[in-house]
Amino acid sequence: MGKIVNNKIKLEFLSKGENVALARITIAAFVSQLEITLSDLEEIKVAVSEAVSNAIIHGYQNKPEEIVTMTGILKGNTLILEIVDQGIGIPDIQKAMEPAYSTDPERTGLGFVFMQSFMNEVKVESQVNCGTKVILTKQINPDLKNMAVS
Amino acid sequence: MSLILNSKKNTLIIRVRGDFDLVSVHEFREKIDQSLEETMSQNLLLDLSEITFIDSSGIGVILGRYRKVKANHGQMVICGTQPAIEKIFKVSGIISLMPICSTEKEAWKLLEQNTFKGA
Ligand SMILES: Nc1ncnc2c1ncn2[C@@H]1O[C@H](COP(=O)(O)OP(=O)(O)OP(=O)(O)O)[C@@H](O)[C@H]1O
Ligand SMILES: [Mg+2]
Repeated sequence: MGKIVNNKIKLEFLSKGENVALARITIAAFVSQLEITLSDLEEIKVAVSEAVSNAIIHGYQNKPEEIVTMTGILKGNTLILEIVDQGIGIPDIQKAMEPAYSTDPERTGLGFVFMQSFMNEVKVESQVNCGTKVILTKQINPDLKNMAVS
Repeated sequence: MSLILNSKKNTLIIRVRGDFDLVSVHEFREKIDQSLEETMSQNLLLDLSEITFIDSSGIGVILGRYRKVKANHGQMVICGTQPAIEKIFKVSGIISLMPICSTEKEAWKLLEQNTFKGA
């Protein structure tokens, strides 16, 4: 049997591009307390990267002195991630989550597509001029191959 | 991220190493657009065998270069994909736009075949 993990971390960091890698590496280390497949791990890293990049690029319009907060909770086999910014907010969440929708002509509108394909649930709460909270949930499948060995 | 650029046979070859995320997008776009102009290459061969991560920022800038190459009647081929990034390519729809193969040798074969076809 896999071990039962209940844990929580909270990370606050400046809205700098370099911190996106820090966020995904931190969450990767956090979920590695579970016996997780490489494929699940990669998917979680992409989802974190998308949500944190959006907070910096859109929420804070690339201003590097603002604060992004990321909380990670492990409850048994469930990972819950919350990525929060106090930026410009999203006027129409449904529209923002449509594939290929972007307010930036240089971007492709794939961020929410990846979050939705790689996580079990994506919830967005937002208020214009107050900020955005993205809640990502994923059921982590136990890594049966590794468990047999350990 | 670091980039190694070479050109031969009307093709700009780019080898990308490291994380391909929002931090790398600017350098990637600038260097490639500049080199495409300088070398007057029509085609683009993108070797991703040594990337450690990619997300929508990386995919977006790859798609941007694809449109540029197409507008100039060139071809673009990606090689060196790994299992970890294949899903991203599938979900993003990139696989339906351009050939993606495992080795640079296969990529050259494709580029040469299509060049003859076009000639
Ligand atoms: N934290 C946020 N604050 C404000 N607006 C946001 C936030 N996150 C997303 N958005 C809005 O939602 C749109 C869609 O986001 P999504 O990540 O899907 O695409 P993108 O970031 O525009 O492009 P890509 O992710 O492919 O680079 C964005 O263009 C932006 O307008
Ligand atoms: Mg995005």
